[in-house]
Amino acid sequence: MLEIKNVYKTFNKGTINEKKALQNLNLTLNDGDFVTVIGGNGAGKSTMLNMIAGVYPVDSGMITINGTDVTGMKEHIRAQFLGRVFQDPMMGTAADMWIEENMALAGRRGQKRGLRWAITHKEREEFKEKLKELELGLENRLSTKVGLLSGGQRQALTLLMATMKRPDLLLLDEHTAALDPKTAAKVLELTDKLIEEEGLTALMITHNMRDAIHYGNRLIMMNEGQIILDVSGEEKKKLTVEDLLAAFSRLSGSEFANDRALLSK
Amino acid sequence: MIGFLNALPGAAAQGIIWGIMAIGVYITYKILDIADLTVDGSFGTGGATLVMCMTSGMGMPLSLLMAFLAGCAAGFITGILHTKFGIPAILAGILTQLGLYSVNLRILGGANLTLSDRKYKLLVNLKNIYPSLVVCVIFTVIIIGILYWFFGTEMGHSLRATGCNASMARANGINTSRNQIIAIILSNGIVALSGALLSQWQGFADVNMGRGAIVIGLAAVIIGEVIFGKIFHNFALRLTGVVCGGIVYYAVITFVLRLGLNANDLKLLSAVVVAVFLAVPYWKKAWSENRSKAVREVK
Repeated sequence: MLEIKNVYKTFNKGTINEKKALQNLNLTLNDGDFVTVIGGNGAGKSTMLNMIAGVYPVDSGMITINGTDVTGMKEHIRAQFLGRVFQDPMMGTAADMWIEENMALAGRRGQKRGLRWAITHKEREEFKEKLKELELGLENRLSTKVGLLSGGQRQALTLLMATMKRPDLLLLDEHTAALDPKTAAKVLELTDKLIEEEGLTALMITHNMRDAIHYGNRLIMMNEGQIILDVSGEEKKKLTVEDLLAAFSRLSGSEFANDRALLSK
Repeated sequence: MIGFLNALPGAAAQGIIWGIMAIGVYITYKILDIADLTVDGSFGTGGATLVMCMTSGMGMPLSLLMAFLAGCAAGFITGILHTKFGIPAILAGILTQLGLYSVNLRILGGANLTLSDRKYKLLVNLKNIYPSLVVCVIFTVIIIGILYWFFGTEMGHSLRATGCNASMARANGINTSRNQIIAIILSNGIVALSGALLSQWQGFADVNMGRGAIVIGLAAVIIGEVIFGKIFHNFALRLTGVVCGGIVYYAVITFVLRLGLNANDLKLLSAVVVAVFLAVPYWKKAWSENRSKAVREVK
């Protein structure tokens, strides 16, 4: 499904701010894998997701999605394979556009955009159906500007948009981190439900170790631009937060340092 | 006062012509969220191209088309400078505008070129104010109609998304660089068309005719928004508001000139007015934030 081979990425090379974000990163995802990603500050989690999405190029290495080499592919072309939800609820939607306009944009991911009408009647009905499932009352607000929605509503909408046109791979970059605990839990439940129902392959970064254990069928831990732990199946189900912290200090030789993770343990 | 009222229809016609230009500015400034200064050059390019084409024997429709295309070409250059050369949008516009000054001189073959209303059948002219007004309104309706349709299409939506949230647009497979180029092309084509109308209105094209056009365009956009923003939500109506903003702007200019303002001081006045209008929303926001902070502290 997804294959990351020997990927390196260094930011600000040759300056005092040099940061080796990814160092010989290797990862293979199977179809239907729902992988949670944890790691300390600056471990390279977000960089990994951004590399997959093509936000910036890799220094070396190769990334393939479903057998297609996407290493040098531009971000907007790669988008045909990917659904993305960002940490910042503002980032995944166009604030000045209506809910239905945003959804119509997402519905044409990876397709040519010509001079046909942007939203059809049939689509509008579909949008209503999908929004109804969110149980946020958005189905009656199709022509509301997305900028007027709360962070949780926007994240739920972004999630819907990211999965509307079935993505080969869903990338979730701490997408509940900016929400209050109750809303975060709801969005996370929704995420799990969508992935389960559609049988999606997904990579989800989280700072919450309990969530990382509870959700998904596989868990990876990153440190200094590499994957230091990769657990799946039965072994993952038996994990505890204490196990993870112990594994971290054993594998990295240091204490687990992630401000948010420590707060939400 | 009578003199002012008599001057109003002429001011309205001129206001609509500048209002059409402001529609072009609206596309870059409001939809794409960049300030494109190319317009100061491409407005003159439109005027110069039309006069040059007409005086060399082309018909009116073809001359208008050439003026539009010349503006598009100018926009294309700015778009390329911005997206492919990595030059910030404002600077890219300034560069094109500067270069266009020479281009416009070349097109005109001098500093200005007359377009006699006795020799050519012109669409708009200050000697025929009322027919000109009708033509201006027809042009406006057609342009707004086309834009309303265009921004309702898939491509139009993707342009709006590009201006609103480029990361989101790219994540949804939209080529944001290409869209920026398309929007800047479209904007400058409309600006040039408006220049082509103004050169007919005044009966000549002048190399300086576009100087300060961006400020007038911004003035029209902002006035349109301030006066009509609360009532006009629909996209076509908002564009109409922009054109109305142009009319209001010209009515005010005519009024202050009647009051005895030196015409040479006009540009300074325009700049001050636009600066204030741009600042007001910012001040408002800063004021309300300060207030809510104060309220929190009291609590």
